[in-house]
Amino acid sequence: MSSSVLYDAPGPKTRRVSNIVSIVGLLAIGSALAWLLATLAAPREIRPGLVQPGLFDSSRWNIFYEPFQGYSPFQVWYGIFTGLAATFSAAVVAALLAMSLALVVCLLRLTKNAGVRVPTAVMLEFLRGMPILLMMLFILLVSGISVFWVVVVSLALYNGAVIGEAIRSGIQSLPRGQREAGLALGLSSIQVRLIIELPQALRQMMPTIIAQLVVLLKDTSLAYIIGYEDLLKKITHLSNFYGDRYFFSVFFVALVAYLLVNLSISRFAWHLSKHVH
Amino acid sequence: MKVILENFGLFWLGFISTLKLLGVSGIGALLLGTLMASLRVSPFGSFRALSAIYTELLRNTPLTLVFFFCVFVLPKLGIVLDFQISAIVALTAYTAPFVAEALRSGINGVPIGQAEAARSLGLRFDQVLTLVVLPQAVRMVIPPLINVFIALTKNTSVAGGFFVFELFSVGKRLANLHGSAVVPILVGIACFYLLITVPLGQLSQRLEARIALVR
Repeated sequence: MSSSVLYDAPGPKTRRVSNIVSIVGLLAIGSALAWLLATLAAPREIRPGLVQPGLFDSSRWNIFYEPFQGYSPFQVWYGIFTGLAATFSAAVVAALLAMSLALVVCLLRLTKNAGVRVPTAVMLEFLRGMPILLMMLFILLVSGISVFWVVVVSLALYNGAVIGEAIRSGIQSLPRGQREAGLALGLSSIQVRLIIELPQALRQMMPTIIAQLVVLLKDTSLAYIIGYEDLLKKITHLSNFYGDRYFFSVFFVALVAYLLVNLSISRFAWHLSKHVH
Repeated sequence: MKVILENFGLFWLGFISTLKLLGVSGIGALLLGTLMASLRVSPFGSFRALSAIYTELLRNTPLTLVFFFCVFVLPKLGIVLDFQISAIVALTAYTAPFVAEALRSGINGVPIGQAEAARSLGLRFDQVLTLVVLPQAVRMVIPPLINVFIALTKNTSVAGGFFVFELFSVGKRLANLHGSAVVPILVGIACFYLLITVPLGQLSQRLEARIALVR
C-alpha cells in the first residue's frame, strides 16, 4: 500500500485504524464462512422420511478412499482423470491449430491485394463476433466429423481469429524503419514479414497471446453442452453411478483438480510472458 | 430462407430474452464488480484478500462450470433456483471479476503524480477522487468495459445450453426441427448476435482512438 493513487502513505494512527478494521473484517468473513460450513455439515431431510447425512460425513466422501460395493476407489480417480485428459487434450490440439491459423490469417489480412484482404477482414469480424457455442453447434450439425474435432475446430477458428488480430496489431505497431531497412537490404516483402516483422510482433504480443490461450483452455468446457465426454460429463456419470449423495463430493474434487491445473498453467504463462519481456 | 421468415417471431423472442439476460446480468456484474474493485483497492488487508481470492477463483473457472454449479450442484445443497435466475446468477458471478479488473487497472493506470499534485494543492480525499482520479480512470476504463460486455453478450449463449430460452436455444430447436435448413437458421442466429457485438466493438475502438489522441 506504499504507492497508491488513492491514499497517502498512512501514518501510525491510520495504520492502527486500518488494522482494526481489517481484523474486524476478517472476523466477519470468517464467521460467514463458519456459518456456511455449519449449514453444509448439518444433516438435511431431502424428502419426507429421507435424511441425508451432512456434507462432511464420511458417507459422502468414502468412494475416494475405500472400496464401494466392490469397486476400488481407484475407479473414481480414474474417471476424473480421463475427464480432465479429454478436456486438456482438446485444448492442446486446438491451441496448436489456433496458433498456425493465426499466422496465416494475419498474413492474409496484411496483403496488399484487396481481393484477399477485405474478405479476410469480414470473415474475422464474423468469427470474433459470434458465440463459440453457436459455432460448435453449426459445425456439429453441418459437418459429419466427431465431437472431439468439432470442439477443436471451432475453438481453433475463434481463437485463431483473435490471436491473428493481436499479431497483426503487433506488426502494425512496429516502427516503419524495420520494414524499410529490410526492403533496402534486398529482401522481398514476404521475407521482411516473416523474418523481420513477425518475430518481433510475436515477442511483443506474447502476453496477449498467452492470455488468449488460457481463455481457450477455459472455453474447452463448452464442449460439455454439445455432448463431448469431458470432465463435467464424467462428473454426471460418476454421480449417477455412485448415487446422488456423492454429487457434490465428485464435483468438488473435480473442480479442485481442474483449478489446480488451470491456475498452474496461468501462473506458468504469466512467468513466461514476464521472461519474454 | 422461408424457415427464417416463418419463424421470425421466435427469433425475435429469443433476441429479446438474450437482451434481457445481457441487461440484468450486466447491471449485476457492474454492481458486484464495482464492489469487488473498491474492496481490492481499499486500505484494509482482509477485504483486499477476499476480493483477490474471489477474482482469481472465478477468472480461472470456466463459465460452463459456474453454470453447472448453479444449475445442478446448488439444488443438491438445498438451494433450488429458477433456470432463468440461476443463469443470471452464474453470468453475474462470472462477469463481475472481469469488471473489477477493468476498473482496478483503470484506477492504477492514473499516474501517482496526479494524486500527489492534487493533495499538495490541498484537495480533500473526496475531491482528489472525484475531481482528479476518477475522471481520468473512467476514460481509460470504458473501452475494456465495453469489451467485457461484448464477451458477456456471447456468454449469454451458454444459458441456452442450461435450459434457458434465448437465441442459442431458439437456434438449436429450429435446427433440430428443420434439418434441411440448418445453415440459414444458424447464420440468422449469428446475425442477431453480431447485431449486438459489432456495434459495441466499433464503439470501443472509436473511444480507444479518441483517448489515445487525448493522452
